[in-house]
Amino acid sequence: MNQIPVQQVGRTLQIEILRHNPYDPASKPRLQTFEVEEADAMTLFIALSEIREQQDPSLQFDFVCRAGICGSCGMIINGRPGLACRTLTRNLPQRITLAPLPAFELIGDLSVNTGKWMRGMSERLETWVHSQGLEGLDLDALEPAMEPELAEQLYELERCIECGCCVAACGTAQMREDFVGAVGLNQITRFRLDPRDERSDAQFYELVGDETGVFGCMTLLGCEDTCPKDLPLATQIAFLRRRMVMAG
Amino acid sequence: MHTIYTDVLVIGGGLAGQRAAIGARRRGQEVIVLSLVPAKRSHSAAAQGGMQASLGNCLGAAGDNEDIHFADTVRGSDWGADQEVVRMFTHTAPKAIRELAAWGVPWNRVQRGEREITVDGKKQTITEADAAHGLITARNFGGTQKWRACYVSDGTGHAMLYTMSNQAIAAGIPVHERMEALALIHDGGRCHGAIVRNLMSGELVAYVARATCIATGGFGRIYRVSTNAVINEGMGAGIALETGVATLGNMEAIQFHPTGIFPAGILVTEGCRGDGGLLLDGREHRFMPDYEPEKKELASRDVVSRRMEEHIAAGHGASTRFGEHLWLDIRLLGAQHINNNLREVKEICQYFLGIDPVRELIPVRPAQHYSMGGVRTDHHGHSPQLRGLFAAGEAACWDMHGFNRLGGNSVAETVVAGMIVGEAIADFCVSPEGALTLSSTLVEEFGRRETRRLAAIAEGNGGENAFELTRRMQETMTANVGIFREAGRLEEAVIILQDLQRRSRAISLRNNTAGANPELVAAYRLQRMLKLAQCVAFGALQRTESRGAHYRADYPRRDDANWMRRTLASWPDAKATLPTLGYEPLDIMRMELPPGWRGYGARDYIDNPQTELRQQQIEALQATLEGADREERQAALMPFKQLLPEHLRGPNQRLGDES
Repeated sequence: MNQIPVQQVGRTLQIEILRHNPYDPASKPRLQTFEVEEADAMTLFIALSEIREQQDPSLQFDFVCRAGICGSCGMIINGRPGLACRTLTRNLPQRITLAPLPAFELIGDLSVNTGKWMRGMSERLETWVHSQGLEGLDLDALEPAMEPELAEQLYELERCIECGCCVAACGTAQMREDFVGAVGLNQITRFRLDPRDERSDAQFYELVGDETGVFGCMTLLGCEDTCPKDLPLATQIAFLRRRMVMAG
Repeated sequence: MHTIYTDVLVIGGGLAGQRAAIGARRRGQEVIVLSLVPAKRSHSAAAQGGMQASLGNCLGAAGDNEDIHFADTVRGSDWGADQEVVRMFTHTAPKAIRELAAWGVPWNRVQRGEREITVDGKKQTITEADAAHGLITARNFGGTQKWRACYVSDGTGHAMLYTMSNQAIAAGIPVHERMEALALIHDGGRCHGAIVRNLMSGELVAYVARATCIATGGFGRIYRVSTNAVINEGMGAGIALETGVATLGNMEAIQFHPTGIFPAGILVTEGCRGDGGLLLDGREHRFMPDYEPEKKELASRDVVSRRMEEHIAAGHGASTRFGEHLWLDIRLLGAQHINNNLREVKEICQYFLGIDPVRELIPVRPAQHYSMGGVRTDHHGHSPQLRGLFAAGEAACWDMHGFNRLGGNSVAETVVAGMIVGEAIADFCVSPEGALTLSSTLVEEFGRRETRRLAAIAEGNGGENAFELTRRMQETMTANVGIFREAGRLEEAVIILQDLQRRSRAISLRNNTAGANPELVAAYRLQRMLKLAQCVAFGALQRTESRGAHYRADYPRRDDANWMRRTLASWPDAKATLPTLGYEPLDIMRMELPPGWRGYGARDYIDNPQTELRQQQIEALQATLEGADREERQAALMPFKQLLPEHLRGPNQRLGDES
């Protein structure tokens, strides 16, 4: 992942982008190639911004943090889902092909509606701590203790940035629109591990105990291979599957 | 025009906006949140190192309380903050963190027993108490007397934002994503919602609300080099300013973070230095102790950033083809600490610099980071000029940070402000003043005005390019209105910005595609950003003193005699190229902590005669308070609890308190 090849000076990158604007009735999906002079430490964020500013101001893409933190800029980069903002062009060949993430509603060009998908997933899987009395909390009192190690384990699973790469790389998700994806299953394992969440395995089974959930996974490992945060997704899904078999 | 009615319209889906939304929703109000991006992608997620709250659990935090947090924050602000607001904040911060803990944030916890830490470049072994085991721990941050930054590894903002967003989803609060407010609907005295553009379809929609809350974050993108996300263009502050009525406070107070990675400007957390990391110069000499013997790398951000630039200017930088920078050294913290507690930093170094911070130095240079200024409000987040308009978080200036914010106080502010302002919004909605009384013609009028404005840009043929003008603005701000300011360069910036404003009215779009139309977006945002930039530049030019992050090389001293005043900018004439500036006094005679030396940075300042009077008054008062407890003493000097919602007034329990 962190292999930085020898600097290739003076490359002219050819960036081929799958373009389509669903809001324009005349638009048809097409590939368009832009040429960009490669600069030092150039990322796809810099390259795409330059294309928009200097060549085609209609080009659509999503960047927010441009630091690999917010998960906005997932796209297919030379055939693999990844975060464009932290992809250095020097790690790519001279010809770069970019396409929007599949499995999400297309907004235009490289911009897809991951937000809508993730909100739907959160509502369906109820990805929040379920606990009695959250509204009547005594905020003056000392907080309940938690084992330091457990807090760290929870954070490990919470590092997911809902970028959608795991969904785009998932065989099941390509076939079943209603599959909750590794992102959803990971969140179930996160809340299941959290003692503050009072839900039982039987209740989690209701949420993910079928082919749209944990039993839909075909263990193709595309999720774990492409996760930009290196989350142990396959392990978590396997673990959850065992628990759900027992709960079911 | 399609019109949506709601009780509360929150513009901005970050921590402040969502917490305010949850508060109002719990009080039975219908709430809609608008967000430029999916709410979990808001810039709150980028807060890395920690959230300040005086829990006092771990050894480094022992003895901490609201009083010390208050004093640190006021000193950090260089006495520019509203001290009542700081009191409200420091009192509520422990409650905010405990609420988030119950909601699911996996705060790092105290591990009992011995552990090794790095202080002042050396290893030490400390022993955490058994009683503290499992309570929320904290790390050291700049400008503080105690370890007070509670954290979740270095993904604190991410964990907080996800928890907050999930709670908002649980509360059934709709977030209308990819929606941008273009104008506030108002009648000169009362705000009634906003005209909003759908960033996918380009369609305009009217949102009519009893209360409207701006929580759109900062405006760092008026600068070329900024740690801010690309969405931080200040559009919330921009539309408030464009009402011509609402004011923006202290816009010249801009924070530069010491450790933006060079040259991209991406943030690496203050936690690097808090945990023991050092700043080195081109010869790998640790230079901060030479300038700041008291706090060294952990002086406040304004002081450290200035010292770094000073050191570079003196020829001690490291040189690359991009220019000069300094080094951040976290190697001494060791692989295990970096891999566990600074993992985002490690990833950023790997991906953007191709280096491993366990073994290599990180190139850094100060970068624009935070906007202390924003929409001026009262203690409850309410605009004094436009009733029904609220603001919270970085977008607001209720004035908790004055002229310099302490690290870890911003995420804390977002949640605390959300807790307080959400209640105030609900109070307003149920009050007679909160009734929805506007005429539909007003909505239509604003809708037509915005439609015309967009059409004028789309049909413009003046030949100017929105992206080029934006870049020119950003370069001007970074070059002329940066860390070191002086009259000549500020005057030049004001003139350039005036020229850019005129040119921004003569933009030609190269493309008029249906739907989102990013070029149109750049063009209309630019016009607003230029106004904000002018508030910063013109405000900085007028403020002939140095206070906190506002440093005037030609007026290097803090001037309490003339400048215990908050700048208020408004823009009554849409065609003007300069804001109208006014000032409101900060009353020393009501301060709990009168002005003095901050404990770091320059010792030299121009005194205000009232400072001594107030000091004497305080001493006299204290003499009458023999035997009073901490809370009583505080209340005698500057009562504030009456300003808080009732359920937030209780004392914060701490480890070792008598129960």
